[in-house]
Amino acid sequence: MSKTNATTVGRRALLGGTAALAGFPNIGFTQPRQPIKVGVPTILSGRVAQLGLSSRNAMQIEVDRFNASGGLDGRPIELVVRDSRGVPAEAARLAREMISGEGCEFLLDAEPSSGGFAIHEVVRETGTVTLHVNSETSSLTADPRQRFWNAFRVARQGIHDSIAGGAYAAEIAKARNLRRWMTVSPDYAYGRDTTAEFVEYVKNFHSEIQITGETWPRLFQADYTENITRLSQGRPQAVYSCLWAGDLVTFVEQASIFGLFQQSQFFAVNMADYTTLQQVRNLPAGVHSGNRYLRNFPDVPENQEFAAEYNRRFNTFPTNWSWQAATSVRLLGTALRQAGGTDPRAVAGKLKGMTIDSPFGVGGKLTMRAEDQTLVDYAIGWGVTIAQDPYIQRMTPADWAVIYRLEAEWKRSKGWT
Amino acid sequence: MELAELGECLSSVSCIVTQSAAGLTIGMLLFLVASGLTLIFGVLGLVNFAHGSLYMIGAYLALTVHGATQSFALAVVAGTLGTALFGLFFERFLLSRIYGRDVLMQLLVCYAVILILDDLVKIIWGADFRSMGVPEEFRRPPFIIGGGIVPYFYAILFAITAAIAVLLAWGMGRTRFGRIVRAAAINPGMVGALGINTTVIYAAVFAIGAGLAGAAGALSAPIRSVVAGAGVSILIESFIVTVIGGMGSIGGALAAALILGFTRSFGSIGFPLFVEGAMFAMMALVLLLRPSGLGGKRPS
Repeated sequence: MSKTNATTVGRRALLGGTAALAGFPNIGFTQPRQPIKVGVPTILSGRVAQLGLSSRNAMQIEVDRFNASGGLDGRPIELVVRDSRGVPAEAARLAREMISGEGCEFLLDAEPSSGGFAIHEVVRETGTVTLHVNSETSSLTADPRQRFWNAFRVARQGIHDSIAGGAYAAEIAKARNLRRWMTVSPDYAYGRDTTAEFVEYVKNFHSEIQITGETWPRLFQADYTENITRLSQGRPQAVYSCLWAGDLVTFVEQASIFGLFQQSQFFAVNMADYTTLQQVRNLPAGVHSGNRYLRNFPDVPENQEFAAEYNRRFNTFPTNWSWQAATSVRLLGTALRQAGGTDPRAVAGKLKGMTIDSPFGVGGKLTMRAEDQTLVDYAIGWGVTIAQDPYIQRMTPADWAVIYRLEAEWKRSKGWT
Repeated sequence: MELAELGECLSSVSCIVTQSAAGLTIGMLLFLVASGLTLIFGVLGLVNFAHGSLYMIGAYLALTVHGATQSFALAVVAGTLGTALFGLFFERFLLSRIYGRDVLMQLLVCYAVILILDDLVKIIWGADFRSMGVPEEFRRPPFIIGGGIVPYFYAILFAITAAIAVLLAWGMGRTRFGRIVRAAAINPGMVGALGINTTVIYAAVFAIGAGLAGAAGALSAPIRSVVAGAGVSILIESFIVTVIGGMGSIGGALAAALILGFTRSFGSIGFPLFVEGAMFAMMALVLLLRPSGLGGKRPS
């Protein structure tokens, strides 16, 4: 058998060489190399279609750059993007089909946590190198039972945001004597977990804070009047929320006409994303927000250029999911080149502990932390809103040393280290 | 349960004012949608499961017209009339073919229409959520009454929805058209035998019902996300209103919508985790004790 193969290859090489010498260079030497297929299951329809669209757009920018600079020894990356419609079972099915039916060698999972965990189980079985791009649920990589050699997270993480947000909010609370707090967050796992973590850390940094009430609107609730009147009646000095996207826009519009933002300081971790900032018609000044994606944070030319190119190509601005998606392609491309091929073990080995230059990182660097295969050193900060572009000012960067210390304590408390 | 807080609220003027204003506004917007649904059922005998999509169309039409003209009045008129016109075509070319068929067929056709309209909305306006924002002329500080908060725009919304409710009651109760509609609901054969074209009556009633849903969508566009699929949640609440109020009863729909509005506003204080449950519990209670609903006629 091996003899036959050798003969075949030899004959092909001979034919190619003859064709080249005979004046048919396209046949002989510059025929396009086989693309490296990368599967991207994501949400492209429904109320959170922006998740998939802005992920796909940013990936395409980075893929075009990778291919234009020669790809992997001439092999370009080809994205295979499919719509899961936000159904975890469909995301898992798509992942399997991409791997076994469409020849995808790698996955960039651009699902939220619900679909991300479903895909995680698929690739645990298939051994496909997978980068989770949008799942922020901490346990995905923090829990050692969830961890295996071929899965990585290239997304911000709930515990990091909660520590950063807690530290910032506690400083504001001390300075303005804000002790009575209420919360309004969506009534599902993300909302409950993120709010609980924020409350834990804001109290950790400022023990005099009391949560005097909470209200839990449904995900995608149409009307927030009842939640806002409850907040008004509670007369809190500060309100925390992890509502997001359209839900946050609706809440802010309604809360504005109740004068809630004159009554209380508002801390909204998900406000500083262009999809939200540009949709709120009456963006109140002085709302505190964590950064999701801002073109001026970090305020470096490469970040501005990324936003400008994205805007030029897609007539809108990047989102939090965009910077994560772009980073996932850059990490994968770098690992492919360092490994010199597509061998999964070699690529995964290069990804572990890899540091890359990035406009989205602190000091221009991002690291795929080896111990739990998750992204660290990305830019986290909080600032306050203003009505006009750039929408957020007085950004206060988070201290990663504090995040590392408290994250380690949190993992110990969970029995994960 | 936080019933102590509810007790405190009920003994405080400011809380009663704030929660009542919220309850009235929520209830009246819900009434607009549910009155159309119940009107269509009462006269045409059709359970219009696509009624929520008409609400969505009203919101998108209003958003578009407001974007082009910056006039909220024009936006509301366009949302109402545009949806009524759409309803007219919808009834004539599709629903009229399934009158008298079983509920399963009505459900299938309406569900197909929901899916088609959701996709059309995505094609025309995009898949992402949109926001109109509170119009400039209504961005004023809220009224403070007895220490309670009544947003200026909510007062406007309440005034408009109350005016529409009065107009509807007058139109159905005091006009010749209203009498014919009520007669057609009871005995369409007799109405036809008197030389009145019931096909026109049916089409007009459906257009009015659609227009009411469109008006609700247009009026609430400034304070709610405008998004494909927005009709689903409002449809569920409208059905609850229709069941509690009595299928076909506009007066019952008004009472039920206000009950639900107040349940939402005061429930968020007293039993915040059971507001949805309370609404469904009320529906179940009505079905057990008075299956015809608050305003529905008991079977003779």
